[in-house]
Amino acid sequence: MMNINRGADETPDPEPASGAASGPEQASGTPAVRADALTVVRGPRTVLRGLDFTVPRGQITGLLGPSGCGKSTLMRSIVGTQAKVTGTLEVLGRPAGHPTLRTRIGYVTQAPSVYDDLTIRQNLDYFTAILAPGRPTAERHQDVTRVLDDVDLTSHADSLAGNLSGGQRSRVSLAVALLGSPELLVLDEPTVGLDPVLRRDLWNLFHDIAATRGATLLISSHVMDEAERCHRLLLMREGEILADDTPDALRTNTGSDTVEAAFLHLVDQATAAAREKETTR
Amino acid sequence: MSTTTLSGTTITPAPTSALNLSRTTATAARVLRQLRHDPRTIALLILVPCLLLVLLRYVFDGSPQTFDNIGASLLGIFPLITMFLVTSIATLRERTSGTLERLLAMPLGKGDLIAGYALAFGALAIIQSALATGLALWALGLDVTGSPWLLLLVALLDALLGTALGLFVSAFAASEFQAVQFMPAVIFPQILLCGLFTPRDNMHPALEAISNVLPMSYAVDGMNEVLKHTDMTATFVRDVLIVAGSALLVLCLGAATLRRRTA
Repeated sequence: MMNINRGADETPDPEPASGAASGPEQASGTPAVRADALTVVRGPRTVLRGLDFTVPRGQITGLLGPSGCGKSTLMRSIVGTQAKVTGTLEVLGRPAGHPTLRTRIGYVTQAPSVYDDLTIRQNLDYFTAILAPGRPTAERHQDVTRVLDDVDLTSHADSLAGNLSGGQRSRVSLAVALLGSPELLVLDEPTVGLDPVLRRDLWNLFHDIAATRGATLLISSHVMDEAERCHRLLLMREGEILADDTPDALRTNTGSDTVEAAFLHLVDQATAAAREKETTR
Repeated sequence: MSTTTLSGTTITPAPTSALNLSRTTATAARVLRQLRHDPRTIALLILVPCLLLVLLRYVFDGSPQTFDNIGASLLGIFPLITMFLVTSIATLRERTSGTLERLLAMPLGKGDLIAGYALAFGALAIIQSALATGLALWALGLDVTGSPWLLLLVALLDALLGTALGLFVSAFAASEFQAVQFMPAVIFPQILLCGLFTPRDNMHPALEAISNVLPMSYAVDGMNEVLKHTDMTATFVRDVLIVAGSALLVLCLGAATLRRRTA
């Protein structure tokens, strides 16, 4: 198995953007995700075009780009629910979609996927029974209590999911993904529609999960200000990866003040390069 | 790499086997719990067949013989229709709400899901059929020669067949509108051809041949065997086996429509 050693071929900027919680570096072992010539076709469209990247373990990697650029497709490929994936895609040292990965990955879809006609606790009870059927009831109960606390919904535990606000429902969906403490969390726009206080709390939770539980988080967003809170960024546009770096390095390399400006700079550069190619042809 | 959880335990990955008893029962319990939050659906499911039987009894007030024939057949058809509708909508909701994608990304076997649904709706079907059969036999004077338990057995198998067809058909419906329209498309032709309106051997030979391969024909035939004979006839056993076999076959087809990877 080919292991790419992260630090070696990247710009020397090991410090994560926010000095707050730096994930414990998993020096040993494979990266959390390794893609090589990853291509996904959906109908007539090629949604992902030969992506090469790695996601290091124990850190928060932000997946950013405009809507429709292929973020969700990439996440679905990593989780193993996307059809027509070609190239190499290794997740936690196994090919994506491998049966043993199903308990090791927590996945939150863009739209909250919970049962509206069950209470929050009943939702969590069911999903934990699916994840770990052999686990003692007391332990499972403890796990449910913990994730309820994580997403700050303990006081609503016995409300029907269908009666909750949009932000609360998406937090229930997140809570399901946190069950069983997965090694890799794949979160598709988990903070959409949340107020600033909740967003801050959730980002604190994400950093806490990376720092204390050693988990890897891959979080997509189209809100660029969230990029500053990630250790690393993958900037995507039209099915390709524009940049794979730390927020600091991105700003420095492009001479920009914000990640947003850096992204726009890279987009302009890519467009110009494409036009150049057209004219020289 | 080892991951320690907050509670200090590490969870060993449980591989996904074809059928896991506790995952299946957890799924069945979840489906029933969902229904419990919807008492109106339960009331409709259980009461409507009973009310229709009462209606039928007085429609044929002058000819109890006709009520015996049609009533017994309907005891087999009602559970099939209601379970078909409930299952197709329930699984369609599971597909459209994203919970199916979530479940299939988890260590849930397709068989666990299908069996869970069949178990939950089968339990509901037992209650429904027991009430309808009891009402027909003791309150409405349905005259049955054989054992009421055999009626109940056929009704239960019909309900399972309805569940199986509903599961299968939901894969081809993109919306609730389409799912409901599959009812007249899949169920009505079977009702017309099952021998309820006219004996099957009176039909055009082509239609009789078609009715020979439709499972509902055997469901109704089985009911009529119980109606006319005191003990279990060979025809009855054949009918029961065919209905059960069809239910199993369609359940497997339903499982095949569940894809872990989708476009």
